[in-house]
Amino acid sequence: MTEVAPGYYLALAGLMFSIGVIGALVRRNAIVIFMFIELMLNAVNLMFVTFSRIRGSVDGQILVFFVLVVAAAEAVVGLAIILVIVRRRSSANVDDVSLLRW
Amino acid sequence: MMGVQGEVAAGFEPVLAPLIIGLPLAGAVVLLIFGKRIGRLSGVLACGTIGLAAVAGLLNFIALLGAPEESRSTTQHLFDFISVGRFQTGVDLLLDPLSLVMVMVVTGVGTLIHVYSIGYMHGDPRYPRFFAYLNLFASFMLLLVLADNLLLLYVGWEGVGLCSYLLIGFWFDRPSAAAAAKKAFLVNRIGDFAFLIGMFVLFGAIGSLTIGQINEAAGALSAGVATTAALLLFAGATGKSAQIPLYVWLPDAMEGPTPVSALIHAATMVTAGVYMVARFSPVFEASGGTALTVVGVIGAATALWAALMACTEYDIKRVLAYSTISQLGYMFLALGVGAYSIAVFHLVTHAFFKGLLFLGAGAVMHALDGNTDMRHMGGLRRPMPIVGYTFMAGWLAITGVIPFAGFWSKDAILAAAWVEGNYVLWGVGVFTTLLTAFYMSRLYLRVFEGPLRTPEGTHAHDAPLTMAIALVPLGVLSVAGGVINLPGLLTLEHFLEPVVGESLAPEGALAFILSGIALVVAVAGIMLARSIYMASGAEARRARFVRPMAPLVNGARHKFYVDEIYGRLIVLPGKRFALFCADVLDRRGIDGIVNGTATLIGRTSQGLRHIQTGYVRNYAATFLLGVVAVFSFLILRVVAG
Repeated sequence: MTEVAPGYYLALAGLMFSIGVIGALVRRNAIVIFMFIELMLNAVNLMFVTFSRIRGSVDGQILVFFVLVVAAAEAVVGLAIILVIVRRRSSANVDDVSLLRW
Repeated sequence: MMGVQGEVAAGFEPVLAPLIIGLPLAGAVVLLIFGKRIGRLSGVLACGTIGLAAVAGLLNFIALLGAPEESRSTTQHLFDFISVGRFQTGVDLLLDPLSLVMVMVVTGVGTLIHVYSIGYMHGDPRYPRFFAYLNLFASFMLLLVLADNLLLLYVGWEGVGLCSYLLIGFWFDRPSAAAAAKKAFLVNRIGDFAFLIGMFVLFGAIGSLTIGQINEAAGALSAGVATTAALLLFAGATGKSAQIPLYVWLPDAMEGPTPVSALIHAATMVTAGVYMVARFSPVFEASGGTALTVVGVIGAATALWAALMACTEYDIKRVLAYSTISQLGYMFLALGVGAYSIAVFHLVTHAFFKGLLFLGAGAVMHALDGNTDMRHMGGLRRPMPIVGYTFMAGWLAITGVIPFAGFWSKDAILAAAWVEGNYVLWGVGVFTTLLTAFYMSRLYLRVFEGPLRTPEGTHAHDAPLTMAIALVPLGVLSVAGGVINLPGLLTLEHFLEPVVGESLAPEGALAFILSGIALVVAVAGIMLARSIYMASGAEARRARFVRPMAPLVNGARHKFYVDEIYGRLIVLPGKRFALFCADVLDRRGIDGIVNGTATLIGRTSQGLRHIQTGYVRNYAATFLLGVVAVFSFLILRVVAG
């Protein structure tokens, strides 16, 4: 069984992260933005695992678990906020939520 | 701490000396706090405190007379005033012939004027306050003359200035009175500042503020330091005693109630400068003639200058004010020729007759509803004989007719100037005697002699009892006050000799010649005034007399434009500078910096707040940019090594 070189994993993670960034910046639907943020988080997770493998230590994998937990908590809070916004404005467009400004 | 200290065993035992200052002070405090409740009795209370102070002063005077000549000076330590490191100043009273003569004048004339004020201020809505101020003034004046050190003297000096301000502006609802009070205070301020600097100079050179130590060490001072100190002290005296160039406040000070003019601006406060110069005579002597020459010349110039203005003034109080300035000039002339005890002699007689003249003028005003213009008066001696005859005594005293009080003192001054060899000062003094006799006769004759004339709607009546009580003793003193220092006996001079030294006096025939000249000149002045104001055909003669001197008369009538010149040269630039400070420096400069900082921050924030769009995506993009920037920086650093 041939091993895939770690560089590919890193390239994939970078590609996923970039897609996440661009998606989060250009889309207006809060749910979609949320999903792109999850994509960024998972890109980072993939990177952690890769580095863990390269270095032959488990530190990276432990960090991934932390990220997963935090992401889960963040998803709960974020979705709750989005839910409230949708209830009040019957839209999930983030540009509608711009009251906190000058 | 009361009582004599061990080391002054040589002095006599003072009798209740602190009460001399303390009683009027207590009276002032009580009247200021409870005046409204005390009401009509406040006048009596004030008279009581100053009267008892006079008694205390008299007891000390008697104690001093009872002591042998070498122990006629004593200091009494009351309490510490300032005690910082090696600098010690106590509240110490100095009781010696000079200070006790002053105490007798201040309390004696002061008591009479307090009594007079009961009648004069009757019905004034601020009656208790008036007596509070009068009492306060008396206590400060007594502190001034009894102070054993320069600092304490300065406290009294400033205190009387304050009371003068309060009393000139007593009817402060009249704008002219408020302005006059302000003027008096500010002009005095100039002199006081110089006095303060002089005090610093003396302290710097001698290291002590005690009068005795200063006078003892004065002889060892270099002429330069002594001249500086003496001239600075004298500058203070020109303010307080209304001499050139700071005399301008005194005529305006006549806005105050007349008893104030009599007490403060004739008899006591304005003589503080004379007292002070006499007190520090060793310092003036130490300057080697310069300082004393300045004192004498300024005094003579002031005497002449003020007398000229008195000749054309129609306001009876202002005539007396100029006359006071002129007479104070005589005193400084005497000081300038080293005749200190004669200056004090004239100070005393002047307190008698000028106090009397002011009180008489006040009685006239009281009778004529406050009118002061002599052009509307005439023949008042008949409806008001007490005032008329006492005023006559004052008039003859100031003109220098033998044997009235003023003759002896003025004659002694002129004689001393002659003997000292200052013939110019003597000449100016004699000429001023002519003017004095002229303007005082003009005042007296127009107001009290001739056909009866009163301003419309007024009815002249004689002074009420309280006012007469004050007038009569002062009248007697104006007639006979000269006995305290008759030529040949020189009681007062010998009495003061331990403090201020001997004064020169002419001997033999010269004395009689000089007196004769002064007397002839005085009588000539009276006759001149009579011929152009009283005798038949006076109007025509007056016109003929005045015509050749028209510019001089006109100038005198406008007070030689001194107020205008001061206004243009000093007040206006001062005002401009103040406005510059207020408008340009403060409002635009200081405020500009403060407001500018605030505006800058405000404007910047106004601009920057538009970054806060409220769009989440904007924030995210900024966030991204920031992250990219930070990482680019870090990577570049690694690459650059």
